[in-house]
Amino acid sequence: MSPPRTMFDKIWDAHTVVPETPEAPAVLSIDLHLVHEVTSPQAFETLRQRGLAVRRPDRTLATMDHSTPTDPPDSVGVLRILDANAANQIERLASNCREHGITLHGLDSPHRGIVHVMGPELGATQPGMTVVCGDSHTSTHGAFGALAFGIGTSEVAQVLATQCLLQRRPRTMVIDISGELGFGVTAKDLILAIIAKIGVGGGTGCAVEYRGEAIRGLSMEGRMTVCNMSIEAGARAGMIAPDETTIEYVRGRPLAPMGETWEAAVDRWSGLPSDPEAAYDRVVELDAAEIGPMVTWGTNPGMASGVHEPIPDPGGDPSVERALEYMGLEPGGPMAGRAVDTVFIGSCTNARIEDLRAAAALLGDRSIAPGVRMLVVPGSQAVKRQAEEEGLAEVFVKAGCEWREPGCSMCIAMNGDRVEKGKLAVSTSNRNFEGRQGPGARTLLASPLMACASAIAGVVADPREFIAAPVGAMGGA
Amino acid sequence: MEPIRVVTSRAVVLPDENIDTDRIIPARFLTTTQRDGLGEHCFRDRRYREDGTPDPEFVFNDPRARNASVLVAGRNFGCGSSREHAAWALYDLGVRVVISTELADIFRANASRNGILPIVLDPVSHARLLRRPWGVVEVDLEECTISTPGDAPATFEIDPFTRRCLLDGVDHLGYLLGHESEIEAFENRTDSFVHSEGSV
Repeated sequence: MSPPRTMFDKIWDAHTVVPETPEAPAVLSIDLHLVHEVTSPQAFETLRQRGLAVRRPDRTLATMDHSTPTDPPDSVGVLRILDANAANQIERLASNCREHGITLHGLDSPHRGIVHVMGPELGATQPGMTVVCGDSHTSTHGAFGALAFGIGTSEVAQVLATQCLLQRRPRTMVIDISGELGFGVTAKDLILAIIAKIGVGGGTGCAVEYRGEAIRGLSMEGRMTVCNMSIEAGARAGMIAPDETTIEYVRGRPLAPMGETWEAAVDRWSGLPSDPEAAYDRVVELDAAEIGPMVTWGTNPGMASGVHEPIPDPGGDPSVERALEYMGLEPGGPMAGRAVDTVFIGSCTNARIEDLRAAAALLGDRSIAPGVRMLVVPGSQAVKRQAEEEGLAEVFVKAGCEWREPGCSMCIAMNGDRVEKGKLAVSTSNRNFEGRQGPGARTLLASPLMACASAIAGVVADPREFIAAPVGAMGGA
Repeated sequence: MEPIRVVTSRAVVLPDENIDTDRIIPARFLTTTQRDGLGEHCFRDRRYREDGTPDPEFVFNDPRARNASVLVAGRNFGCGSSREHAAWALYDLGVRVVISTELADIFRANASRNGILPIVLDPVSHARLLRRPWGVVEVDLEECTISTPGDAPATFEIDPFTRRCLLDGVDHLGYLLGHESEIEAFENRTDSFVHSEGSV
């Protein structure tokens, strides 16, 4: 009998073109290559310089998200790009895709969206696949039981030209989360608690598998939120075994298999979960019931605590001292009650339909506090349409929010959407790095529920104080 | 890619832990379609004060950093975004060796593909380097040693493939293209079941 294998092992083995040796890394085959405008132009240039073609345009899918505007289109339906460099980059992606026969969901596509929202939505992301993109949040796709990871632009060129990558096998880590998440506690709180526990470098060199009762209880949206932020713990990849929830999500999507092919695929996917006796290099355990609504207080995603917990004393740690100085915070008091200037609901972490449903449900017919600017940026055109059909957009607009076009927006501040210097923003995105949301911007990472609660209160607020009764689908937000 | 064998330089010391790639090059400079010329934006928000003048407190503004090519950084350097622009910017600034006790995976891969030697060093030897800003160090990739005057050389481990590629200036894409026949055989063997989902 063959030795027990983890899900990672199974996917790795199935995609090994040339096994690794002490002298050389493995050649690993890639099933799905997602491409966006910011990290691809130099890669296409490499191909041009060497006279190389894209090996598998049929396995390559492109969109525009990072530097695209989120202002409403003008009277003739055209998005106006004010930055000439961004406009050039967007045009370059379009011409590169035309030249190489790559499907592009560009500015006029009804499918365009943040690359990690669009891929799963179209059914392009499927269990058992290897998925790469020149973007560190590619770990998102691991929620489907895929091996998905971010790569640099040189590697983008390698995948374009060969549909393969040179990879050393990472170590494996399993994070087992027992119990259930409490009322008002979401997937976002869970992943922030995990990063706070293992640290921003805790997953370096590892492919992480999340498992346990709390993970099983999450929707696909919630699982994507968890896997998305694996990179914030330094992990190479994050993954969750496929189950009925996964299969029901993928079923019927435009790029999902159909008919007999579907049956065969589901059968194949059932063999993906880790064998019961499979060994991991590291095991981490958490109890979901002990996690409350989380918020960051520092300048990396590991600097997070419960919203009512005191901001820690640096204790001579210069990085904590510097973080608190940047954030304009003193140790001691909790984050709850701090005045908020800006609220951002969006990003590849938390801009899916379920996130917007949870946010709108919390808002109800309330308005955001005077003086607070709140942006709601759907993750894709599909999310935007659905939110408008369901009346969610109306809730946001009535509450005083800006309802915008899809894109990465204020998460990365490349398109003009940014937090002003010194302002405090509660953001559903994934990075609270210095300057991430704009020079001098101060970012607090939180769930969509906490973002909405804070917008209503005008101060950092515990969402549980704003929800009347437990809401069934809250776990995914 | 320029081969690296021996690099002798003053050490620029940046002891902060968890320096992310947003800090190495802020996202607002990523609208470029080029690889070169990014050095002027490297550590942009640390190097310049609000009025646009260089902050003399920041190490890369010290005149001694001008010809320095060895950066000694705190733990988990290069974390966060996968942007290869971080490696391009550092290279353009003159950095050829980055030494830390821990380097983020994607940054490490990006660095080594762009002629920057990423070294993960034991904490004791690393602490010694941190205590000697601007001290001369000699990094020898052939011997895998870091020498400082008056001390026994520290040794470091590095993936043999990464080492060979940096020593010989091997191009990874060229190496991969050399596996064309295996790639084709793999595709013929597996497309029927691994890739049965059809075109995207």
